[in-house]
Amino acid sequence: MATLNLRGIKKRFGDTQVLHGIDLDVADGEMIVIVGASGCGKSTLLRIVSGLESATEGQILIGGRDVTALEPAERDIAMVFQNYALYPHMSVFQNMAYGLKIRGLPKAEIESRVAEAAKLLDIGHLLDRKPRQLSGGQRQRVAMGRAIVREPHLFLFDEPLSNLDAKLRVTMRAEIRRLQRRLAVTSLFVTHDQVEAMTLGDRLVVMHQGRAAQVASPMEVWSKPADTYVAGFIGSPSMNFLPATMEQDGVVLLDSGERLTLVTPIPGSTGRAVTLGIRPEHLSPAEAGLALRVELLEPLGSETVVHGRMPDGTALTAKLPGMVPEGTDLLLRPDSAWLHVFDRETGRRISA
Amino acid sequence: MSQSAIFKGVVVPYLLLAPQLLVTAVFFFWPAAQAIWQSLLREDAFGLNSDFVWFENFVEVLTDPTWLDAALRTALFSVSVATLALGSALFLAVQADRNIRGATTYKTLLIWPYAVAPAVAAVLWLFMFHPNIGVFGRALNALGITWDYRLNGAQAMTLVIFASAWKQVSYNFIFFLAGLQAIPKSVLEAAAIDGASPRYRFWTVVFPLLSPTAFFLLVVNLTYAFFETFGVIHSLTQGGPGKSTETLIYRAYSDGVMNLNLGTSAAQSVILMLLVIALTFVQFRFVERRVHY
Amino acid sequence: MRARNIWPHVWLVLGVLIFSFPIYITLIGSTHDASTIGRGDVPLLPGPHALENYAQAWGSGGGRYMGTPAVQMLANSLAMALLIAAGKIVISLLSAFAVVFFRFPGRMICFWAIFITLMLPVEVRIIPTFEVMVNLSLVNTMAGLVIPLIASATATLLFRQFFMTIPPEFVEAAKIDGAGPMRFFKDVVLPLSITNIAALFVILFIYGWNQYLWPLLIINDRGLETIIVGLTKMIGGGDSQNEWNVIMATAVMALLPPVGVVLLMQRWFIKGLVETEK
Repeated sequence: MATLNLRGIKKRFGDTQVLHGIDLDVADGEMIVIVGASGCGKSTLLRIVSGLESATEGQILIGGRDVTALEPAERDIAMVFQNYALYPHMSVFQNMAYGLKIRGLPKAEIESRVAEAAKLLDIGHLLDRKPRQLSGGQRQRVAMGRAIVREPHLFLFDEPLSNLDAKLRVTMRAEIRRLQRRLAVTSLFVTHDQVEAMTLGDRLVVMHQGRAAQVASPMEVWSKPADTYVAGFIGSPSMNFLPATMEQDGVVLLDSGERLTLVTPIPGSTGRAVTLGIRPEHLSPAEAGLALRVELLEPLGSETVVHGRMPDGTALTAKLPGMVPEGTDLLLRPDSAWLHVFDRETGRRISA
Repeated sequence: MSQSAIFKGVVVPYLLLAPQLLVTAVFFFWPAAQAIWQSLLREDAFGLNSDFVWFENFVEVLTDPTWLDAALRTALFSVSVATLALGSALFLAVQADRNIRGATTYKTLLIWPYAVAPAVAAVLWLFMFHPNIGVFGRALNALGITWDYRLNGAQAMTLVIFASAWKQVSYNFIFFLAGLQAIPKSVLEAAAIDGASPRYRFWTVVFPLLSPTAFFLLVVNLTYAFFETFGVIHSLTQGGPGKSTETLIYRAYSDGVMNLNLGTSAAQSVILMLLVIALTFVQFRFVERRVHY
Repeated sequence: MRARNIWPHVWLVLGVLIFSFPIYITLIGSTHDASTIGRGDVPLLPGPHALENYAQAWGSGGGRYMGTPAVQMLANSLAMALLIAAGKIVISLLSAFAVVFFRFPGRMICFWAIFITLMLPVEVRIIPTFEVMVNLSLVNTMAGLVIPLIASATATLLFRQFFMTIPPEFVEAAKIDGAGPMRFFKDVVLPLSITNIAALFVILFIYGWNQYLWPLLIINDRGLETIIVGLTKMIGGGDSQNEWNVIMATAVMALLPPVGVVLLMQRWFIKGLVETEK
């Protein structure tokens, strides 16, 4: 129903620069997940889009209309809050109807919209209850319902699942995704949870220190992280980072002495100081390879996470299939198709 | 609170505050400023001229032996009222706390004197201790004790103290009981296991934990005895006999309203204001600390 | 063990009796005729004259000493107490709302200006306040009785404290829903404040009803006399020949409304008492 364009959004609180210029183009019906550690500016960005905060600089367009100077109510958006923000003294029906009532919609229209949304969310039997009589999951649905009845151009989700227990979170996650697809409303979803981000988003915006470190599809973020921050943030356990130098355009010499060959050489990189990134799941036991003195085993059932150190003391983590016997040292070979090369200085990805 | 959790606008909040600020300015700040100004002036006998006399009125008040007597009397009166009201309330609260089941009933039976106006409390006590018609007044006289609070200053003071304390006990009782019920039972059980006797437990465990409440109530009771007991004194003894029940507030009232001595009355008001400021300050300093308990 | 458990009850019953006795004897006094009391034979059991005593107090007042009937004084007291309580609540709700939900220049100054009134009770500014009343022609009026007492630092502080616990997301949700500040006040803040308002109302009603010094200063028109001040005026010098029976009946009527409010709304009363002292 609407596109969203952010142009050079900056935000300062006093002397603190929270956002350093965010550009983002969201297609109609797309679900964008903004993910990052706490304090990265993701919530501020969402609030700026909603109009609850104003940007210090930059421009926001919803459906091509410049809304930068408009009040939240004039932006045709709906928001689902982290603590749901349901009014405790109003029934579920009144909570959902409140925004429509303020807009002066006719009573019949309000009733039919609420009924429709309630049916969609399976909360029709709860309409007369007060929020305190609802379970966490039900409150979450009501909060969604309140957003849906507005039939907005843009949905904003501010960590809406973080107050739920782990099991419910997985269920609600799937439900939100189904609902968003079905309604095809352009959505921004803020979370600090990388699994939530990977499973929900059409594309992710990985935020780091007020900048969009990478904007890409979940698979691309995982397979081609734009810098060492994104590489370390997405994926569990985190990617291993090993200091190295480019001996040739296609050969990496680790500081610990081993040589690894890249599938795709990086032209003109010979002699450059780099950081080599290897995901734990891309290491496998071999006849020859990186020697690992095992310090800790974490059996997860189908696989085992192995923590250890290389002879020169560099920490290394591997995720190996099946059981790994205690007390053995391992030789591990990285999958050469999955080597990530980053510039040592800037941390930017330089491999293809 | 962040920018997003507040509303925009400057005119609206001023309009919202206007009624309160207007009342405050007209009936609080202006008179208070007037009091301060008048306390520095002295009118001649006919009220035609007034001279700026700096702190002469204050000097006059503070060196007036009858004012100093009133100050001393006020201190005695306030401390007596506070001690009596706090002591009996604490005793009753401890008794009520011992059997939680009956506590609510006793609470109901003990809290209502709070609602009785000080002046009405005075009427009730007057009716009991009137030398000719009061049950107790007559009984005392029958026992050979010459009882007439209208003639005997000490008796008048005693009566005023009891009537004032009677009304305040319920307030203290509510707070003491709440304080006692907030003490975790596990602490008391631990003390019991340590072998402390109930009395020893009270003074070494319960009372220290209750001391913030007690101190807070002390301030409230002193404030009450200072200001709100005006009604008791005015309707029971009118400050008499002689000046034997004249407190500072009563004196400020009689100097200003009856004797129309504006300068010294204003000086007295200013002195009392400083006293309230000090009491309020103590209370709020203390409340801030109380939060941490 | 059993013997020891009886003592708290003994003390408490004794305490209740001591605290109730003044009321009891007042009730008794209101059921006898003037001469019985005047002779000094105050009985400890009710007499037969209750109806006529209350009727006289209600309808015509204390005879030669005070001609204002209690019904009129009760009406005055009720009006004063209700207006003071309602006025304080309205004025404080609005002030606290402004201070908590807006940011404007001078906000803290306004807040402190209200706060400082705590330190300026009527008792310490009697004469100059009276002068202001004279200048504004408010002496001997109900408005004069009520308006100067409706500023309230305590209530403003209480509401401010409460408003600060309202989650900021409610404001944000309201903004997204398109509710302006006054709509938010009416639809969200006010309904959420109901229990606080009720608790405060009980306390302030008693406060208003029991006012003494202020009506004493401001009112000398018998038609506006409040029951508390009227009652003490009936006593005068405390003469034995007073119509004590009528005075006691009036005393009962003077203390019944606030005591009734405390007993009937005990839960709100205790909440109000505890909250206002925070």
